[in-house]
Amino acid sequence: MTMIFGVPLAVFMGQLMLGLINGAFYALLSLGLAVIFGLLKIINFAHGAQYMLGAFAALLGLQYLGINYWVALLLVPLVVGALGVVIERTLLRRIAHLDHLYGLLLTYGLALIFEGTLINFFGVSGSSYPVPEALQGGVNLGFMFLPLYRGWVLVAALVVCLGTWFMIERTRLGAYLRAGTENPALMQAFGVNVPQLITLTYGFGVALAAFAGVLAAPLYPVSPTMGSSLLIVVFAVVVIGGMGSILGAVLTGLGMGLVEGLTKVYYPEAANTVIFLVMILVLMLRPAGLFGKEA
Amino acid sequence: MAPTHSLTPAMQRQRNARLRRNTFYLALLAIALVAPFVAYPVFLMKVLCFALFACAFNLLLGYAGLLSFGHAAFLATGGYITGYLLASYPGLTPELGILAGTLASLGLGLAFGALAIRRQGIYFAMVTLALAQMVFFFYIQAPFTGGEDGLHGVPRGELLGLISLADNLNMYYFVLAVFVIAFALIQRTVHSPYGQVLKAIRENEPRAVSLGYNVDAYKLVAFVISAGIAGLAGATKTVVFQLASLTDAHWHMSGEVVLMTLLGGVGSLFGPLVGAGLVVSLQTQLAQSPLGNWVSVILGAIFVICVLSFRSGIVGEIQKLVKKNFK
Repeated sequence: MTMIFGVPLAVFMGQLMLGLINGAFYALLSLGLAVIFGLLKIINFAHGAQYMLGAFAALLGLQYLGINYWVALLLVPLVVGALGVVIERTLLRRIAHLDHLYGLLLTYGLALIFEGTLINFFGVSGSSYPVPEALQGGVNLGFMFLPLYRGWVLVAALVVCLGTWFMIERTRLGAYLRAGTENPALMQAFGVNVPQLITLTYGFGVALAAFAGVLAAPLYPVSPTMGSSLLIVVFAVVVIGGMGSILGAVLTGLGMGLVEGLTKVYYPEAANTVIFLVMILVLMLRPAGLFGKEA
Repeated sequence: MAPTHSLTPAMQRQRNARLRRNTFYLALLAIALVAPFVAYPVFLMKVLCFALFACAFNLLLGYAGLLSFGHAAFLATGGYITGYLLASYPGLTPELGILAGTLASLGLGLAFGALAIRRQGIYFAMVTLALAQMVFFFYIQAPFTGGEDGLHGVPRGELLGLISLADNLNMYYFVLAVFVIAFALIQRTVHSPYGQVLKAIRENEPRAVSLGYNVDAYKLVAFVISAGIAGLAGATKTVVFQLASLTDAHWHMSGEVVLMTLLGGVGSLFGPLVGAGLVVSLQTQLAQSPLGNWVSVILGAIFVICVLSFRSGIVGEIQKLVKKNFK
């Protein structure tokens, strides 16, 4: 059997694959955070809770309304994104003129409310969401066995990430968005409806989180606390990458997933903390982050 | 005869303000001294410990404008180090144990502070949160913390080898003394020239830099003092409750101290005290009521309400009212 530094190839590739899947979620979530931060200048602390809401909406939709996975993948981001629009219109807009730390505190409060409410109804133990029929089983790649669903998650996450990048960097709407990030007052003077743009941006960021939640439902136990611990890691990823560039966020997310996977192979005790250690290293060597523009 | 005529009106006002403040402090101290005969001492000690924690946090947020979302790490470090030392070395007196816990937090604060001040604003909050989460994972795995179970049966011991702290009343006065000393330290820091520069940095950092202040050094010192006092609070809490657990290291704890400070009033010396008292009472009351499961939802709702319409906190709003109506 082929060995890589004393580890069988199949095990090595398997862990790397798991790491890459985790990385895909880091990428999706940090992308959403970066999009929201760009225009609203706030850190959406409810991002983890909104990811969790996505997974729960898929689960409950299946159990009570018989909505299947594929429909949920389209419908749930719209519903949770609409919730985001309501949050922006009713709450975030009212504190937009204040120090941006208040946005973080407000969304932290919202995260507590979402999480606490669902814990009351569903407890902290997770439920499982069945893998959709078309994606059951797997393929043998020769050097490893790849479960189809995992392959699908990777492809779907990458497509959405690249789609978002294309929309922001190559379309008219994206141009507005980038201009709004630079100078919202001037944009408004040119007749662009900036408040509406802000609302849509927040809704879109939240929808991304919910999409990640639906993708995650068949992989991880669906529980009210699934988002919060993930979000803290995503924060570290964001600090490492910096929020200046879309592709930077995606690359950092995937890369950190791989680093985590490798650590799991060679030194499992540190698997939980390795991303934080990388963050410390980056802070010491390149405080602005790998892709950051300003400190 | 004292030459009173040489006092300018401004000096007179200042002297009056100081007199009023001292009277207020003395009245508060008198209340604290008789409080254990009216209320349950263990509850009061819990309030004092969390109030100290919140005051330490407020020194950073209220006076340096730095939002740390990882202060639980310092509370927990103080608690674990003190708990471990007191439980393993029976000859160690509690004040030495607490001192060791405080110093450990101070050291951790120096390391984390040096890293975190490299980024500003929102990044600062994320960095502190991530660092604290790393500490949380460390305490789950470290052999001396008892993992998920935590440390139990930490002896309260005898203060200086003389006064038994097993008695709740003795313990209470010790905790009160710790609180008063630490509070006085914070008060001195805030009103010192150092504190003034800190506030200047909070208001306008580029300006402070242009005036030649070493902004990073000022921030780091504030962070270290804050971490040390948070550790002192955690260490004292461990001696009072004779246990140290993962709850103190969890990021929920970091969020709670933000809420206490925000609710009481950011940037006022007494705000965190009021906020801690309210949040601890609320948690104690709710735990016994049918609403016990909704604590985190209620705390979240208070957060949202505070941010939307109550940003100066209770003490801040009262100060505004007094200023409007009596001056």
